[in-house]
Amino acid sequence: MSIRAEHEIHTRRRGRNLGIGLMLGGFVILVMALTYVKITTIDFNDLKGGAIQTQESN
Amino acid sequence: MSDVTTTPSGEYEAQLGDYFALLKPRVMQLVVFTALVGMLAAPVSVHPVVAFASILFVAVGAGASGALNMWWDADIDAIMRRTASRPIPSGRVQPSEALAIGVALSGLSVMMLGLAANLLAAGMLLFTILFYAVFYSMWLKRVTPQNIVIGGAAGAFPPVIGWIIATGSFSVEAWLMFALIFMWTPPHFWALALFMRNDYDDAKVPMLTVTHGRPSTRRHILAYTVLLVVLAIGTGFTSIGGPIYLTAAVILNALFLLGAYRIWRRDEVDSEADNFMVERKFFKLSLWYLFLHFGAILAEATLRPYGFGGWS
Repeated sequence: MSIRAEHEIHTRRRGRNLGIGLMLGGFVILVMALTYVKITTIDFNDLKGGAIQTQESN
Repeated sequence: MSDVTTTPSGEYEAQLGDYFALLKPRVMQLVVFTALVGMLAAPVSVHPVVAFASILFVAVGAGASGALNMWWDADIDAIMRRTASRPIPSGRVQPSEALAIGVALSGLSVMMLGLAANLLAAGMLLFTILFYAVFYSMWLKRVTPQNIVIGGAAGAFPPVIGWIIATGSFSVEAWLMFALIFMWTPPHFWALALFMRNDYDDAKVPMLTVTHGRPSTRRHILAYTVLLVVLAIGTGFTSIGGPIYLTAAVILNALFLLGAYRIWRRDEVDSEADNFMVERKFFKLSLWYLFLHFGAILAEATLRPYGFGGWS
């Protein structure tokens, strides 16, 4: 028996597995894109300034 | 050659399309469109990637509540002709799978919307999912003939969520869009109940047609339509309205009011004679009614930066 033999379940669930794989891949790309946008659009100087002001006011 | 959708023991094995059908794709279309209009009508612009991700997670949340609704309502879905072919009553998906998908996607969508947009939008999405899956599906639907009236709020929240995604806060304009869908839902579903008449009777769902009779339902359709007409045309004079919206609203509301009046004038003998033609036409018109109202709000918002949309 070949080590590459495909089990029947792989054939039966090919569509499902492929679909879920594509969705997971899309989700990863979306999270990466969101992270990039958040990092490049948030002004961290404002956040830092805010934090310093809060500490000073205490 | 063996059928790839059946197991060796001959049982049907759910395909991706069966799981997708659990999410009520047609309802998701309406949710995506109204949430998108709510977001674009807001006076704050959203980065395209954030906008895309946010609307996607709102759609996933809506789908999750649809899966939970199908899990809970599998018994009555099996009785009603309109819903008998849904994934659970037709045996394509197991109830436990629907529950797991509904809960998992609810959590994922709320969490991701909180990260993509803001916590208020995520909170509203969670509230909407619970409102539809728990308050409407598990309680109201089988208890009161006002099920459609109060439950309609669940379908009316998406434009509010869209607005919050952009602005991070509530506003009168967002609640006007909410009210438009909220007031539209009862006439839309009562018209459906008039011509799908045996379904709700057989499933013992206390629709107005079952509890108060069909003449009363016809009166209710007309009364709610009158209130809806006032609201829809009044919205035309607010900041989300404008000449395009007002023109569309006047035409659509005149047609809708005429349809409701015709339904009110008819009795069961007239309806039986033409197989509920007027009621069916009114139901079809109601779909266009909502789509075109929100399309007009979108047109006003899109043209505003170029100096054409709105009243200014």
